[in-house]
Amino acid sequence: MSDEKKFAAFICTGCGIGDRLDAKQLEMTATRDGKMQSCHSHEMLCSKEGVQLIRDQIDNEGANHIMIAACSRRAKVEAFNFTDVAMSRANLREGVIWSRPEGDEHQETTQEMADDYVRMACAEVRFMEVPQPSEEQGCVENILIVGGGVSGMTAALEAAAAGFNCHIVEKEGELGGWAAKWHKRIPYRAAPEGTPNTLTAHLPDPVDNDVADLIGQVEASDKISVHLNARVTRTSGAPGRFAADITTESGSTTTENFGAIVQASGWKPFDIDSLPEYGHQHPDVVTNVELEQMAREAGDGPIKRPSDGKEVKSVAFVQNAGQTSTKEGYLPYHSGIGDLISIKQAMYFKAQNGDDCDTTILYDNLRTPGAPGEDFYRAGQQKMVIFTKASVDQVAADGSGAKVKFKDKILDEDVELPVDLVVLDIGMVPNSGPDPYAANESLEGMSEEEQEAVKEELESETAVTVESILNLDYRQGTDLPQLKWGFTDSHFICFPYETRRTGIYAAGPVRRPMDIKQAQDDATGAAMKAVQAAVHAAHGEAVHPRVGDLSYPRFRKEGCTQCKRCTVECPFGAINEDEERYPLFNESRCRRCGTCMGACPVRVISFDNYSIDTVGQQIKNVDVPDEFEEKPRILVLACENDAYPALDQAAVSGQEISPWARVIPVRCLGSVSLSWVTDSMNNGFDGVIMMGCKRGDDYQCHFVRGSAMAAERMAKVGDTLSTLNLEPERVVVHEVAITDIERAPRLIKEMEDVVERVGLSPFKF
Amino acid sequence: MAKREYSYYPGCSSQDGASSSNLKRSIDTMCEVLDVKLNEIPDWNCCSASIGYGSGGVLPRMALSARNIALSEQHNAGQDIVATCAACWLATKEAAERFKEDENFFQEANTALAEANLKMTNQTPIRHMCEVLIEDIGYEALSEGVKKPLEGIKIAGYVGCQTNRPFGIAGESFENPMYLDKMVDSLGAEAIPTYEKKVQCCGGALAFSEPERSQEMIKGIIEAAYDNGADMIATPCPLCQANVEIYQDQINERFGTKFEMPVVYYSQLIDVAYGRSAEDAALDGQIIKAKKLDDIAAK
Amino acid sequence: MSDMNTAMVEKYRNDFLKEVEANVEEGQWVKMCMQCGVCSGSCPLGNAWAHPPQEIFMMIRAGKRDEVLKSDSMWMCTSCYNCIVRCPRELPITHIMHGLATYSKRLGLAPKTQPTSQFSEIFWNNMMKRGRVNELKLGLSLYFKDGFGQGIKNALANQKLGMSMMKAKRMSPAEFFGGHGIKDASGLQKMIKKAEEIELAKLKANT
Repeated sequence: MSDEKKFAAFICTGCGIGDRLDAKQLEMTATRDGKMQSCHSHEMLCSKEGVQLIRDQIDNEGANHIMIAACSRRAKVEAFNFTDVAMSRANLREGVIWSRPEGDEHQETTQEMADDYVRMACAEVRFMEVPQPSEEQGCVENILIVGGGVSGMTAALEAAAAGFNCHIVEKEGELGGWAAKWHKRIPYRAAPEGTPNTLTAHLPDPVDNDVADLIGQVEASDKISVHLNARVTRTSGAPGRFAADITTESGSTTTENFGAIVQASGWKPFDIDSLPEYGHQHPDVVTNVELEQMAREAGDGPIKRPSDGKEVKSVAFVQNAGQTSTKEGYLPYHSGIGDLISIKQAMYFKAQNGDDCDTTILYDNLRTPGAPGEDFYRAGQQKMVIFTKASVDQVAADGSGAKVKFKDKILDEDVELPVDLVVLDIGMVPNSGPDPYAANESLEGMSEEEQEAVKEELESETAVTVESILNLDYRQGTDLPQLKWGFTDSHFICFPYETRRTGIYAAGPVRRPMDIKQAQDDATGAAMKAVQAAVHAAHGEAVHPRVGDLSYPRFRKEGCTQCKRCTVECPFGAINEDEERYPLFNESRCRRCGTCMGACPVRVISFDNYSIDTVGQQIKNVDVPDEFEEKPRILVLACENDAYPALDQAAVSGQEISPWARVIPVRCLGSVSLSWVTDSMNNGFDGVIMMGCKRGDDYQCHFVRGSAMAAERMAKVGDTLSTLNLEPERVVVHEVAITDIERAPRLIKEMEDVVERVGLSPFKF
Repeated sequence: MAKREYSYYPGCSSQDGASSSNLKRSIDTMCEVLDVKLNEIPDWNCCSASIGYGSGGVLPRMALSARNIALSEQHNAGQDIVATCAACWLATKEAAERFKEDENFFQEANTALAEANLKMTNQTPIRHMCEVLIEDIGYEALSEGVKKPLEGIKIAGYVGCQTNRPFGIAGESFENPMYLDKMVDSLGAEAIPTYEKKVQCCGGALAFSEPERSQEMIKGIIEAAYDNGADMIATPCPLCQANVEIYQDQINERFGTKFEMPVVYYSQLIDVAYGRSAEDAALDGQIIKAKKLDDIAAK
Repeated sequence: MSDMNTAMVEKYRNDFLKEVEANVEEGQWVKMCMQCGVCSGSCPLGNAWAHPPQEIFMMIRAGKRDEVLKSDSMWMCTSCYNCIVRCPRELPITHIMHGLATYSKRLGLAPKTQPTSQFSEIFWNNMMKRGRVNELKLGLSLYFKDGFGQGIKNALANQKLGMSMMKAKRMSPAEFFGGHGIKDASGLQKMIKKAEEIELAKLKANT
């Protein structure tokens, strides 16, 4: 930025700030210690007049760096929305007066707290730059959709409806995927509201398969191009400027540019033949996938048993076959929709083989998720489908028909049920590419040489067994990272379609097992995310969760040691390597979490408005009293997504927060630089608390791996403290959820107790 | 002329010399003070309660209620049927609802009725006396007529089963109905809204056939009343009243308890609060005397 | 009635659920049970049932005809209606239990000495005589259901109770001689006879 920095401070005295704090002194602190060139107080800064006061200073007096001391930075964001300047905020309301009790005996420490927050915010803004968007690029209104099943086709139709072009790449010779092969669909509506609970009430029945209509719509759209018998053989670039090679079976390759990508690569049936106890080798024991084919071939006529063509008069459905078990060779998870499928298929028999066809569903835990839910279960019961809570031991068969041996779990007895046909409810396995991090995770605790050996072995193995779907040319691997069991990593509640590769969204059963209706909803969401990603990329803006953020990582090449920590630790694979082996930042792949900044040992990575200095200088500008004053200082680095709001909320609900705490919000615990911890220790802080989101399989980290990375790095901070002759318990890392409004202040209090116990820091000057 | 008139189905146990004759006497007094006229259904018959099923099928059982409905239509045309016994109310209302749901069943009932030269159209609302008090009269009006507030009496409102389920009083919950407590409050006594056994089963007819099991349940009902500091239990149901009151000696013998908990009807509370004598309130029908009520009545 | 039992066994050979649907009061609801067990947990005498309602429903579906119809379980129902109001599927459980009891008695399968079954029969007969229940005779019949000797014992055990009831005018020795009744008892008896005929004809049609 060529313009000279001009600083202006604004202090709000509303919401009781003026009553509880000495506003004159705060002004003095801002101008004298904070080096603000002007300082204005207002009794209600977020009011129209207050905002105008700030606006005037920007427009008429040339202020381009402003410090607002008022409420939390999370409050009044619409009023204090000045995008053309650098802005910091001192949290005097939630952070000070609401979290401290009134009364003369507290006045001194409360005022000190407020003065510190003003100093810190002034220091922060002095080291900020106004974020400049990267150069405006044209929006590539084109979406790559990998997979031509229901999810892929739905995503394409939705994106096309939003005005975008789409390319569907389908590895088979026709569109429709598995769903096109089904006899009928699970219904996608519950009974209308107000349907009476009577025995004759009309409840949802299986509905006709309409996937052919979907195929027709895709084929009729002039915005959708379909590539059959084709694969994506290379994907390069970043959101807004992906380039993908689409290669057909015949070997011809075309390259297209895309703004974003939807991966709807679907699923495949679990191989039940590997579990002989289910007797699938016998012709009268079929999977639910095979039964669809049989029902379809029967038309509206009776379904016949394969061994001798006899009309089926009794059928047993074995639920959860080969699933939800830690036993070797079983699927460790439940595919969720198998009970809906069996209810649907039992109804085929009632409709096609007659009311007198005995249909028994042997379930353990019946689950009917989705729209038709309980009503569909009831519809089956209405038709006299028998539901028996059972654990099945074995399906035995020779000759024609089969016997299911099970334990009736209600009547507590062993039963042998002879039937004409057994249908196995088998699980859904995701069609994912190789997990880029599969190797890394199993390597922990090995020497480097061992790691290399295992890596090579794993790589050669996975290359044979799992084919890549996206063939990304990212440094961090060819495909989407996985969470568990081959499903793509996307937070199932908070951000279901997001993956760990920005601009690439997963939809349908590759994310989790789901039925047609759920897959269509899912694909619609993913398509909308893809459209957003393309548009945001064109404006140089971040996507979820820092939507619209214009800052992006810059690095000082001259200081870089090419250690690669940033490229490895970035949860989103945003950083490649250039020809000279320096990091190559792809800003539209970046989520702006700052994990790279936290990872960098030589501190060369920064954002315009968030850097080693914007936080480091806040730490340095806290006024640390000498040891005789007996006022400890505790630094709290709180994740802005969960921990910081929890502390705000604690103040709102009247929880006290320690007067010794100085809280600094960070974008993600992953962005915390070890230097901040050592700096604070050297400056005489007595304790440091880092509050990040939950990590692990059920993580709550908005940047997926950020808090995990921080925890790993900070595991070694004890050594650093020991070299300084400090007690390791002075630095702690906590997982804090947004709901921890009572716990978060308590954690600070605990550090107060630790300091009480081990004594004040010897580094106070 | 009385303000309100109803077609009255008192039920077998309310007859002279029967186990809840005191209920009928106190109801008669209550209706006097509340200006309610009850026109007894002429020649009404037993409803078979909810124990007749061993010998009677659904149709014969419900035909019994059909006869009462038909007689009410014939003699007390246009008047709601009001029952004071939980089982009578439940059986009659259940039959009326079943006839409405199933036209065929309704026709069959009428075919049977024809043998007794009767016919029903089944248009009559079947109500409980408590509904009359709550919906037609109201807590406020009830409270206004109080002459001797029942001050200093703490009362466990025991609603029981069949006054509460499956129909119950509109707007009340099955798990914790409050109307009896509100009535108690309206009369100036102290209610125990958290009385945890207020909808506990007393065994019903099984008090006769399974006395040990039933008395164990009854013990719980009385124990909880003592635990809550109740002076007495009040109930709307004649079988509840009888089961909870009359077996206390046997329970004391069986379990070593020292129960002597009076069990009264809501109607008796109203009678006393409205200034009527112990005799008018049928307090002489108590096997365990409700001393605190007697005292107020004597004032 | 055992003839009817044989006929029913013949007809529904393998499908007790269908037999219950066709012949038991509210029996069509049995198939709608979702086996949550709330009924069993809500029953005040739940622990006294050899097979609580949830289990009875499963036994019906599993075709356990004899075990169900010969069971004394449904005779444990106190008609408190707790199961009905709590059943998430809104099954009329109390009525189904009554219906199963009626049906088992009609087929001659109900346990002969089950006290509630006996009491139920005594009650019905007592009421049918004069159209209203004669409580005194009801009590006496109950005491004497197991013979004269046991009857005297029972009566003596309840003597104190009887005395207090009489003192409170809630029991009357006059009831022993005639007592309350309706005027048109014969009309009522004819009506019930007709209703029984209609019901029986339907059952026969189902065999």
